[in-house]
Formats: sequence, structure tokens, C-alpha cells
Amino acid sequence: MEYEAVIGLEIHVELSTRSKMFCGCRVEFGGEPNTRTCPVCLAHPGALPVINRQAIRYLCRIALALDCSIPEVSVFHRKNYFYPDLPKGYQISQYDQPFAVDGGLETVVDGERVRIGIERVHMEEDTAKNVHAGESGRIAGSVYSLIDFNRSGTPLVEIVTRPDIRSPQMARAFLNDLKNTLLYLDVSDCNMEEGSLRCDANVSIRPAGTSELGVKTELKNMNSFRHLEKGLAQEIERQKQILEEGGRVVQQTVHFDVATGTISALRSKEEAHDYRYFPEPDLLPLRIGAETVEQVRQEMPELPAVRAERYVSEYGLPDYDARVLTSDRQLAEFFEECTGIYGDAKKVSNWVMGELLAWLNESGSDLEGCKATPAALAELLGMVDGGEVNANTAKEVFAEICSTGAAPAEIVKEKGLGQISDESELEQLAAAVLEENPKQLEQYRAGKEKVIGFFVGQVMKKTGGRANPKLVNQVLRKKLSE
Amino acid sequence: MSLLGYSVLEAREKLRQGEVSAVELAEAYLGQIERVEDEVNAYLHLDAERTLDEARRAGEGDGELAGLPTAIKDVLCTRGIPTTCGSRMLEKFVPVYTATCVDQVTAAGAVYLGKTNMDEFAMGSSTENSAFGPTRNPWDTGRVPGGSSGGSAAAVAAGEAPWALGTDTGGSIRQPAAFCGVVGFKPTYGAVSRYGLVAFASSFDQVGPITRTVRDAALMFRFLVGKDPRDSTSVALPGKPQVPGDGSLEGVRIGVVAELSGEGIDAVVRRVFEEALAALEGAGAAIGEAAMPHAEYCIPAYYILAPAEASANLARYDGVRYGFRAEGAGDVIEMYEHTRGAGFGDEVKRRIMLGTYALSAGYYEAYYGQAQKVRRLVRQDFETAFGEFDFLVSPTTPTTAFALGEKVDDPLTMYMSDVCTTPANLAGTPAISIPAGLAEGLPVGLQIFGRACEDEKLLEAAHAAEQAIGFDAVPPLLAEVI
Repeated sequence: MEYEAVIGLEIHVELSTRSKMFCGCRVEFGGEPNTRTCPVCLAHPGALPVINRQAIRYLCRIALALDCSIPEVSVFHRKNYFYPDLPKGYQISQYDQPFAVDGGLETVVDGERVRIGIERVHMEEDTAKNVHAGESGRIAGSVYSLIDFNRSGTPLVEIVTRPDIRSPQMARAFLNDLKNTLLYLDVSDCNMEEGSLRCDANVSIRPAGTSELGVKTELKNMNSFRHLEKGLAQEIERQKQILEEGGRVVQQTVHFDVATGTISALRSKEEAHDYRYFPEPDLLPLRIGAETVEQVRQEMPELPAVRAERYVSEYGLPDYDARVLTSDRQLAEFFEECTGIYGDAKKVSNWVMGELLAWLNESGSDLEGCKATPAALAELLGMVDGGEVNANTAKEVFAEICSTGAAPAEIVKEKGLGQISDESELEQLAAAVLEENPKQLEQYRAGKEKVIGFFVGQVMKKTGGRANPKLVNQVLRKKLSE
Repeated sequence: MSLLGYSVLEAREKLRQGEVSAVELAEAYLGQIERVEDEVNAYLHLDAERTLDEARRAGEGDGELAGLPTAIKDVLCTRGIPTTCGSRMLEKFVPVYTATCVDQVTAAGAVYLGKTNMDEFAMGSSTENSAFGPTRNPWDTGRVPGGSSGGSAAAVAAGEAPWALGTDTGGSIRQPAAFCGVVGFKPTYGAVSRYGLVAFASSFDQVGPITRTVRDAALMFRFLVGKDPRDSTSVALPGKPQVPGDGSLEGVRIGVVAELSGEGIDAVVRRVFEEALAALEGAGAAIGEAAMPHAEYCIPAYYILAPAEASANLARYDGVRYGFRAEGAGDVIEMYEHTRGAGFGDEVKRRIMLGTYALSAGYYEAYYGQAQKVRRLVRQDFETAFGEFDFLVSPTTPTTAFALGEKVDDPLTMYMSDVCTTPANLAGTPAISIPAGLAEGLPVGLQIFGRACEDEKLLEAAHAAEQAIGFDAVPPLLAEVI
């Protein structure tokens, strides 16, 4: 039987505010354990939470970017459970009156645009971090556990999608676009490895063409895009097998083991927690106010989709180019800055999408690790136009710029990569080539003019590709007509 | 006259005039503590050296409260001084910060006298739930002082402190003040910061003064109020409250809350209450009958909502970060169970269970939801009644102080001690208990309710009522020395 997957994602985003959600402690990854704590985030007796304004503005940005409606009032609730990384014994979160609801984000899968619905966006706080001492690094079998409260109380936004996702690829594409959007908003560094962007998935399958939902499982621990895609594929396959063998999928939380690439059950939902949510009495209901929302809207950075449209209309770029360039905020900014200096948007786009992305791919680095500036690329393109260096050599030079950050002219000079445009030097080389290839010369003389391409190639070879091909052509024709 | 006979205002005047030194005043109170504390057991922590030291330094300062000895209920955090909340769980806990309200009086020059006994985590009406032994009523040491601020009320009544800080969640300032024949004032919810007040039920808890006179209460209230950036639920009252001058009850409309003054109130209490009403009428007040149709639901609603909040507030006592931790547990769940099993007393466990149950899936609406509705209705009852009357009155308690051990095994009867006081906590309105007279040698309290945020007017009226009633008795163990 053909099956269709139904997937919804729950994404947690740590905000990059200066201070924590409910106290003044600094937000930062890592560092000496338990150095960024206070009575509030350690849950000392008598300490009270105070809402971080900046976090709410960031949250508002996210809600607006995801096309959500923002109710006038949202309410913080206490979510009660015991765990050593949760100092108060409850997490301050939002429950039946979240900050924002009913939004969506467009993504492209196989060239097709799909809108993934956003059910809700709400504010909560992150937990501390347990470190389990023992061989496995897990709590089971550990000798003892230590707790680092530096992360305790970091602002955390939860984004819940509707079950609109139909494949692991679609999930990955969506998460990628979501991450890109969040980076544009400048609200989080979205580092999946450091846990500032985390993703869980609800997965079920059903016979293709039917509308009734199957039993879902919750897939946890996917700390990269690759793991998300792989984990989902594994889980869908597991559910298919169960159904095909006549079994029933059990509603439970499952865990994707990165090392083995397999799925294992964590705990059955039947014994799930009763979180006993109730309104947080230490905080008043949050009234954001239409004015603040409007202010945040005014300050919103241009989002990828809007920017892509602008690239098409303003720079005349093909839709494809516009989408690729805007898929990464830094890439887009590199492109715009370079175009601003150099002028020819399409040429810059070709270089950014070709050479820059190729270098990033090869080096495994991100743009921050790339030392090339938009100005350097503009300068290099100018050198190509001026015949100082040929296009192929320029590609090598650019890779060198990316790695070292050296100025284009310097690299060209130092490595002797400058284009040979000295006519007398080229004439000597041309003469030598003609002399070395009497057979081809004979063919030419017999009227086979195409052979000139062979002679050009030979001259280029002798110069290590540095000769100005146009000039070589001219010189050869002159020699041959003598 | 002994220094112990002075009111706070009088003592402050003597200090200012230089007739009495801060050290002399401190020594007088330390002397009385020395004399009667074995009988009364009002304090959990005393440090005479610290007191004298602070008195010496305060004597040189010019703070408005310079040299005023201050007793603090042991539920308010004091940096460097143990804060136990009357619980084994926090027996050795020393806070790293000081509660805002304590900071404010200390900043004005108040001197630390001691931390007072209380029902564990402020849960109780007799101070018998203290893990460190009950406090005894100075009027009759075979009886309870009321609770949960029993230590504070007894200390003031016995001349072991000129004033004391208490907290009131369901009557915990007013009920012990009534039992001990002193003044207990619960301000409007939010008027005094809760930062550093170890939470029992956050949406009810309020700090207030216990004093010998209404004017003293008003004076101390001046130093307690203020919107605190660390407490989001705190509010700024309109204008800084003044100490009342010679007020009058002429033409003041006073409504006797029928539901809190008739059935269920002991005959002896009712008699003293009625005598007090006659005195108010004699002073020109217009007495009428006010209705509070939802009064009978106050106790059930309070005993659902307060324990519900408590079940979350007390979750932080898990043995992980501070306080008591049971040894020998095999894993973290066992550690929680053993720690909380041994660290909490019976009444605290009972309320945690009550609250956990009321919030459980499937029961939430029937209990928590219904109780919230009652809360709204009680608020409406007050609004309606205040449409007709300037103030409302009732006896503070249905009985006079009961015998030690009398109700300890009967929680429901114990809970009924709060029948007259819980309405003000449910509605968030200010209320005060002043001595109305003696019944069979034991004090009876007159409770006066005021409109929300009109604390100053309430204090003015209470002062006038106090003058009209003219109560000036003190318990024998104080009478002997003044």
C-alpha cells in the first residue's frame, strides 16, 4: 500500500537577548559552569520573575515574520514537573493563551511553493543543563550528575507548525527557511549544535489519499538538518513496517540515535506527565499593545521572500538566482554590497552563486569564516574586465582571497598570475608553436582554418593559461598571414 | 514607665529627642525576650550581639526609623541570617539576598531584633505547624497565638518587640493579631513588594505590620509600600500613606457583613463585637447591614486556590540546590521522595496534595476553575457592598484563642478559623484587625475592610475606631514590667 506521512514540527529557539527571560543574568553559550546565575534563575526562595521586554519584542518579530495574528492578551502559565534541570519545579511557559496564533511560512520543495501553517508561537524559558558523569554521558548508568544553571532561564520561543508537512525533504526545506527567516530577524544565532535551535517532530502515516490521521509518535533529538531528514525517514519507514505487518503504531516518544541511525522508544505517552498547567500568579497577563506591535513591524528587517522579489524587480535577476542569494542573509548582504560597488548584478550573482558557494562548500566554512569582502570581489571583477587577469585565473585568485583575505592585485602580482598581454612575448611563443607543429600548419595552409584554435590552445598551455586569449588569436592570425 | 510601654511613634520620638538611646531601647527588648521567651517561644533566631551592634550604628545615623528594633517573620529573606519558614526543609538555609520590604525598613535605620516563629511555610492558623515548636499566646500560655504569623503577634503582645513584620495569605496577620490583642494590617494586594517573601500562595500573599496601635501600623506601612521592579504584581498606591491624625467616624457608613458576623461566631466573640459596634456608633458612625452573598464559598475556594499555587511554589524544595537533602537515595526520584517526605511537615504535605489534586487533568475545571469563579464573585460582592458603605466590618475570628493541641488533629475545624479573613485575600482588598475588647480574659479582634488601594483611608478609620473602643489592656507578662 502507498502511505503518506503527516508531520508537524515543534521548534525551540533560544533568543539572543542580552539577559535572561526573567532575570538580569547574561545570555551566552558555554562558559564556566554556574557563573551566570542569580536567586531568580536558581529558584531561591522568595525570588520572583520579571518579563524581559527585549525578548517580547523579539518574539513579536518572529510572530509577525510568520504571518501570525497577535491577540491583545497572552498569559504565562506554570508547567509543573520535577527534574533537576528545572530549578523551580515548573517551567514558566504559555498554554491556552499563547502570544501568537494562526500563521504560516512558505517553503519550496521540488520547485513547488508550499505554505506550512503555524499553529502557535509562544514564549517560555530554557532549563539548566545536566551533565552526567559516567561512560555513556546519559543519566542511565551515570555515577553522578552535575547541573550547570548558566542556561537556566534563557528566553526560549516555541514555534508549533500545523501537520502540513508531507515528507522528510519538506520538513528539512521548511526548517531551513524558518532558520533563514530567524537569522534575518536577528533574534537568535540558530546554532543547532549548541542547541539554540532545536526541533522535535510529530509523525504519523496514513494510506495515501485518506484523510483520517494515524497514531503519531514524537521524534526527539534531531540536532541537525541531516538528522531531521534522516530521522523522519527512519521513523516513517518504521511505522510503515509495523502497519504492513498488521501491527499498530503506539503513541510514544521516540529517539533518533545519531550514531546508529536507528529509532528507539523513550517512554510511552500513556505514562506521560500531567503538567497541571495553571496561570502564573507572579506575572500579570501580557498586554503587548497595538502600538508596540506596530513599532516592531516598522523596525522589521526585510525578509527573504520580499528581498527575493526585489532582486528580480530591482536587479533583473532570474527568480532562481534571487532565491539562492536570499536563502542566507549574509550571502544576500554580500551580493548587495558587491553589486553596489561593481554594478553588474548578474555577473556578481554568477560569482557569488558559483565561486563563493563553491568555496564555502569545499572549505566547509560559513561566510564568517570566509575572508573575501564584497569590495575584493568587485575589484577582482574589475581586473577581469580590464584584461589584467583572465576569467579562469580570476577564479583561482578568488579562492585565494577567500582563504587568506589578501588583496586581489597582490595575489596576482605575487604569484605571477598577471595576464600576458605583451605582444612581442606572445609573438615569440606563437612562432615557436607554429614551428613545433608543422603538420597542423600544413592543414591550416590547406584551408582548414579551424586549426587556429589548436594553436591558441598551445600558446595558452605554454603560458600556464595566463595569456590574453584575444591577443593570442590576433598575433597568430598575423603570423599565419605573413 | 519602662521603655516597653512605648508605642513605635513614642519610642521614635524619644530616640529623636535623645531621651533614649538606640542601645537602651534594644537592651530593653532583649531584656524582655530574656525574661519571657522560654514561655512564649516567639522567635526562631536571635542574635543579641548583632542587635546591639546595629543599634550602636543606627544611633549615629539619621534614618527615619533609626534605632527601631524590628522583628521579622521567618518567611522573609534576610541576607546572612537563617530563614527557615518554620520548616526542617530550610532549617539551615541562609539567603544570599534580603527581601525588598526588609531592605526598605533597614535602609531607614531599623535594627534587627530577630526572626519570628510561624506555621511551616505560613500554612496554619495556630503556629503549631512550626517544625521548631509552637509559640504560646502571651495572654494564656496554654493557648495558641494564632497563625501563621503567631511569633510576630505574640512578640508584639508580650513586649518582645515594638513591632513585627508579618505576612497574610488567608488571615495570617489579622487572625494572630486578634488572638494576641494587637493590631494586624493586611494591605491591598501588591502594595508591598513580595520580592524575598518565600511564596506560599503568590496571588494571595501580602506583607504587613503587626503593631500595638493603628498609628504605628500606618507609620510602618509608609516604609513598606512601593512598586518594586522585582515584583511584577506590585503596585504604587496613590500617594505615600500618611499616619492618621485625630480622625473621626462622624457620618462614616459602616456595613456589618452579616455572613461573617452571625452564625458560626462564638457568642462571647459576638458580644464583644457588638459592644465595639456600639462604640463606633457612639462616635458618629452610621452602622448598617451589608451582604456578602458568596461568603460561604470563600473557605472552599481559598483552600483550593492557595494549595494549588503552593503545590507549585514548594516544588523547588527538591534537595538539589539548597536546604535539606535526605541521604542515601539510590536515584533522583528517590532523593525527591525522601527529601520532601522528611523535610515537610504534615500540613504542608496535605496542602501540596490538595493543590496537586485540584490542578490534575480532569479535575482542573471542577476545582481550580470553579474556585476562580468564586474569587471573581467575592470581588463583586465587595464592590457592591462598597457602593453602599465606606467600610465593612466583622469579627476577625469566630472564636478567641483556642487551646494548644485543640484543633491540631482536625484540619477542617482549623481551616474554619480563617472564615472571616479569607474574603479580603480572595478580593485583594485591604483589611485590618484591631482589638475590640476581652472575652473571658482573651482578646477579640474587630476586622475592618477597606476599598482596594484606599489603605490610607482604612487606617484613618481604624485609628478613629481604636480611639472609640479605647482598648488598652496588655497581657500579664508585659503588664508586670511596664
